[in-house]
Amino acid sequence: MSIRERMSGNEAVAYAIKQINPDVMPAFPITPSTEIPQMVSTFIANGDIDTEFIPVESEHSSMSATMGASAAGARALTATSSCGLAYMWELLYVAASDRLPLVLALVNRALTGPININCDHSDSMGARDSGWIQIYAENNQEAYDNFIQSFRISEHPDVMLPFMACQDGFITSHAVENIELIEDDKVKAFVGDYNPENYLLNAEMPMAVGPYATSPFYMETKMNQRLAMKNAKQVILQVAEEFEKISGRKYGFFEEYKLDDADYAIVIIGSAAGTTKDAVDHLREQGIKAGLLKIRVFRPFPGEEIAEALKNVKAVAVLDRAESFSACGGPVGSEVKAALYDAKSNVTTVNYFYGIGGRDYTVESATSVYEDLIKIADGSMEPEQFKYVGLRK
Amino acid sequence: MKKNIEIRWHGRGGQGAKTAALLLADVAFSTGMHVQGFPEYGPERMGAPITAYNRIGQEPIRVHSNIYNPDFVVVVDETLLHSVDVTKGLSKDGAIIINTSREKDEIIPLLNGYEGRVYVIDARKVSMATLGKYFPNSPMLAAIVKVSEVMEQDIFLSQMEESYKHKFAKKPEVIEGNMNALKMALSEVK
Repeated sequence: MSIRERMSGNEAVAYAIKQINPDVMPAFPITPSTEIPQMVSTFIANGDIDTEFIPVESEHSSMSATMGASAAGARALTATSSCGLAYMWELLYVAASDRLPLVLALVNRALTGPININCDHSDSMGARDSGWIQIYAENNQEAYDNFIQSFRISEHPDVMLPFMACQDGFITSHAVENIELIEDDKVKAFVGDYNPENYLLNAEMPMAVGPYATSPFYMETKMNQRLAMKNAKQVILQVAEEFEKISGRKYGFFEEYKLDDADYAIVIIGSAAGTTKDAVDHLREQGIKAGLLKIRVFRPFPGEEIAEALKNVKAVAVLDRAESFSACGGPVGSEVKAALYDAKSNVTTVNYFYGIGGRDYTVESATSVYEDLIKIADGSMEPEQFKYVGLRK
Repeated sequence: MKKNIEIRWHGRGGQGAKTAALLLADVAFSTGMHVQGFPEYGPERMGAPITAYNRIGQEPIRVHSNIYNPDFVVVVDETLLHSVDVTKGLSKDGAIIINTSREKDEIIPLLNGYEGRVYVIDARKVSMATLGKYFPNSPMLAAIVKVSEVMEQDIFLSQMEESYKHKFAKKPEVIEGNMNALKMALSEVK
């Protein structure tokens, strides 16, 4: 039987870390992810786990130390948010090209400029091309479940890529909600021991990690990263299937909510999906066929699968919680549209922005987007790209 | 039809409005309900107005937005009545509870014509009488439980006793005072 509890998203991730009992956790505090290393260091101080906690002086160092530990052969992780992730930038690419299976608990927060502590996805979306697996959570339950699955995906021999487990800052990280936890022994058995094939501290087989790659080698390195990311798709599904056996909870690349027969669909990531589900239910009560596609796995990007899931809808709104300033769409919008184009889909698609810097996204916000889609589909409104949902007039 | 009870807390940074919201989520959870307890974050500091929220119901809660049309509002610091529109969006079928030593008649004119039920409680008096210090959390928690009828009062008290035993495992001497604060508040809110 699962354990019925209530806790915040940060507590849920800290609890998952306690159950995993990783070898090393270097960390530097930043709002709103600070509670995660804080709680883990308490578990360590209380003797609950024997993780080596390394307090460092910056996020550049926390990622460097996590990479060093991982390269040495340890199961290592860290946590951060916003500018903390930005300060890790250089290392993010190195971790991916060094094929280090480490995990980063990212609590999404807007990047500074102007300074803001609230949620948006500009931090992780900025890192979308760094070669990391990225999986997003809607609530504390998914933050916990994704974290339990993280090392299994990351450490798989066909993958060996760093893993970013994302949840929405404050909205889920600081909200106390019901959750079902899995027993310690089941988690331990599921995650398993980490026995890396190649590692720095293996005296039997000396190796170098992260050497200079001249032009005859660099492109092949990138090609191999791409293959690993492609392999991750299958591994993510396999791990999800196994996870369902111990939890009863089903995960895939994305969740479809009443999408089967939907005329109007919103594509969205994270906590706003739950809010959108309530809007879908209200509209369905009025006979309007609204549906939702919530992206869980953004890297690798399940483009073909998303296009297939959206093939029968009349109009789609892709909602981005981060700007890309291309003046031509946000990160999720651009990729979903590209996937639809490749699938030769003719569905009318708009790309809106919402929730930037913590702007609240309500059931009414979601409903207003569906109302636009209805008008776009019946021809009474021209599709307007790049609207900001909830923008003050 | 609303599925959940929605509550908005107004306080000042450092007074424990957020803690009270989390305590309410805790105690409602322990009676088997689905809960949400969350603060609205900004660059707050001690003394600045803050808001916290609860959703409580029998079904899983999916909405992750702030609450704009609450069923109940709790005001932990009455000085906020002059600077914050505490009844904004508040259902007139609901109620507002204000921590004040003043009579209800003096408070009602400060509520922007709110037509619903108004309750007052002197949390300072309750807290000083039972704990010897000013902690408005416990009295305000008891007041919202009574007014919202979110759970039976005797179940509330027994769950809170369990929770205090756990929370104050290392200083059991404060459990009795906190329990007395809850009981006194249940009778003092009017």
